Amino acid sequence: MTTIVPETSSFDQRVLHPLPDQLLATVGDLHDEGFLTAVDVTAVDYLTHPGRTDLPADVCPERFEVVVSLHAHQRHERVRLRVQVPADDPVVPSLFDLYPGTEAMEREVFDLFGISFDGHPDMTRILLPEEWEGHPLRKDVDTGRIPVQFREAPVQR
Amino acid sequence: MSTEAPEGTDTGLGSAERVHRRDGSAVLRVSEAGAFHLAGDPDNPDDDERMILNMGPSHPSTHGVLRLMLEMEGETVLRTKPVIGYLHTGMEKTGENLSYLQGPTNVTRMDYAAPLFSELAFSLATEKLLGIEVPPRATWIRMLMCELNRVASHLLFQATNGMDLGAVSMMIYGWREREEVLRFFEKVTGLRMNHNYIRPGGVAADLPDGWQDDVRRLLDLIPPRLDEYDTLLTGQPIFRERLQGVGVMTPAEALALSATGPILRSTGYAWDLRRDEPYLAYDQVDFDVLVGTYGDSFDRFAIRLNETRESLRIVEQILDQMPSGDYRTQDKKVTPPPRVRIDDSMEALIHHFKIFTEGFHVPEGEVYVAVESPRGELGCYLVSDGGPNPYRMHIRGPSFVNLQTLPHLMEGGLIADAVAVISSVDPIMGEVDR
Amino acid sequence: MRRLPILGDVSRVADDGLEGLEHNFVTARIEDLVKWSRARSCWPATFGLACCAIEMMATGAAHYDLARYGMEVFRASPRQADLMIVAGRVSQKMAPILRQIYDQMMEPKWVISMGVCASSGGMFNNYAIVQGVDQVVPVDVYAPGCPPGPETLMHAILTLHENIRTGELTRRRIDNDGGAAIHVEAPPPEGTTEQPVQLGRR
Repeated sequence: MTTIVPETSSFDQRVLHPLPDQLLATVGDLHDEGFLTAVDVTAVDYLTHPGRTDLPADVCPERFEVVVSLHAHQRHERVRLRVQVPADDPVVPSLFDLYPGTEAMEREVFDLFGISFDGHPDMTRILLPEEWEGHPLRKDVDTGRIPVQFREAPVQR
Repeated sequence: MSTEAPEGTDTGLGSAERVHRRDGSAVLRVSEAGAFHLAGDPDNPDDDERMILNMGPSHPSTHGVLRLMLEMEGETVLRTKPVIGYLHTGMEKTGENLSYLQGPTNVTRMDYAAPLFSELAFSLATEKLLGIEVPPRATWIRMLMCELNRVASHLLFQATNGMDLGAVSMMIYGWREREEVLRFFEKVTGLRMNHNYIRPGGVAADLPDGWQDDVRRLLDLIPPRLDEYDTLLTGQPIFRERLQGVGVMTPAEALALSATGPILRSTGYAWDLRRDEPYLAYDQVDFDVLVGTYGDSFDRFAIRLNETRESLRIVEQILDQMPSGDYRTQDKKVTPPPRVRIDDSMEALIHHFKIFTEGFHVPEGEVYVAVESPRGELGCYLVSDGGPNPYRMHIRGPSFVNLQTLPHLMEGGLIADAVAVISSVDPIMGEVDR
Repeated sequence: MRRLPILGDVSRVADDGLEGLEHNFVTARIEDLVKWSRARSCWPATFGLACCAIEMMATGAAHYDLARYGMEVFRASPRQADLMIVAGRVSQKMAPILRQIYDQMMEPKWVISMGVCASSGGMFNNYAIVQGVDQVVPVDVYAPGCPPGPETLMHAILTLHENIRTGELTRRRIDNDGGAAIHVEAPPPEGTTEQPVQLGRR
């Protein structure tokens, strides 16, 4: 592997922690090693849980984290990449060129977290209506509970 | 499994001109306003016949609320844009507000044709974070229920697939057999769907007395009916004509597009998480992983039909090997006390109350667990901050990812084949939109 | 269910054949006949959304057999349908489309809200789900359950039939000014930017 990235293990699964600008090189190396499928792309907003302990010492925790799961079917191996994304510049390079299957997943992350992927062919909302404002899975966005009113409900005493 | 392709069918395997599809040129990437300008000018007779056809979201053959924007030239589909989100339920957000015990209630409503698999993935992930072992009987009960659920889900596919292709009687047959399986589910879990049966720590209740007889009845009942479907559909020339060579995909394309489940297997790539990354006790039962040859819609149909038989074979082995013992872990942290003790003991009452109001705390960490659902790899990514609710709960829905293959499968086909392709991908929109 | 009173004594019609022509005339008020025929030829639109759609299809299939109530003809086109069974959770993205399909249906039209998600948002009290489809279309019958079993749906359908036959629903609709106090914002005038459909308030 040409790029050196910090590595940890979580429940017997290999976890790599590349920086956003290391991501493409790391993923390129893994693709050459036989990780031909990007199983999952998702993100986590660590706004209300900043002091997480499962990061290696030389990785600076940021608010957002993009989590990419790669899978090498032939080698029966999985690897997870956790990319720290700063809140003031939430941009990650897109994996679309290597893994066309990440198209919808990256759009989903963009839609729900507001993290955009540089180089993605169609960075638009996928699940929510196009005119929607905000990114609901961010921790500073409320769940949106609406008190359900029943008609002819008894008046509160 | 062997299926015969008629002479001259393009199998797609190894053909060089298909490789270009990996760059995603089959995907239509325009907004609704852009689509208006893309279509040909109706007033200009010299303009080509290109037009945008909108299918859904309320369309009988789109399996719920899928919407497709098809760029057509005459009757040929050029590019496709699946528009999803019409059933977006915000389950991942809701999951952050529910405790780990309430979590299965939420995720079970994702894939409503195979609800137990979502519960299983969530429960396995939670158990991994907790570091608890599930008693063997709970594991085997989970396997029994999941395999029967796979049977029910594939029967649902047979019903809807038949209906989409004009074999309406198949719809009645598929529901008839599914109803038999659901009756057993209702007996065990109390519900026909959305069971909330598999929970972190085990299952909600033990199997009822006499469950062996019910399962044996299913084992006697369903295989002859599957043979009937074989006679009705597999050998039928019209049915074969509509499916063979339609929606062809190569293994390399399927891997690049992250397709899993029957779509990947239909291309000839033998991959089944139950065999290749065994969870539960799948390493102790004997079954075959079925693959197709041509990667077309017919292979996907045949794989699902024969997987139903394999599932029943597993159920038969489970029937013989079901161990006795507890149906949930005896770890006091996650398991409420038995009902009888609540009447006698104040502590048991408090314990019960605490578990169901506050929930249990799960150690900090993150984990990804995948199971083989009828539609492919169903993964659950859980992040815990040490509290009683998941900090982040993400479900990797196989239908959501498999839906990306639609534009590639439809490219260059006819509009009538598009219906066959949607049906053979078998998307469940609840899982796509979550 | 009670026998139809409007048709008078019809028990001997089958026995008599043509011989009984003299006493086999049916006399009824035209409104009653209209209501009766409306109740007995109620074609649902296919509007399956989520889990409930599976149960709705199961209700239409062999074992539960909605054809017994003349209800098996699920129409794909809303123009041919009288009844919309809103089966499943209605998302904010789907709500304008639901309303559009409702508007495309011919009068008289009825709505069954199937399941708790359609009725009140159910367990999904969040940003994505409309908290009760009655904010979008007027609902005539609510079927509880998550999902409602086929028996519950059949009960809802039979309740609807009975209410159509007695004229209860039409009466209610006149009382509340043609709908469940639905208020939909008028679309913006030509030339302005397109606004999302504003959902009603109660």
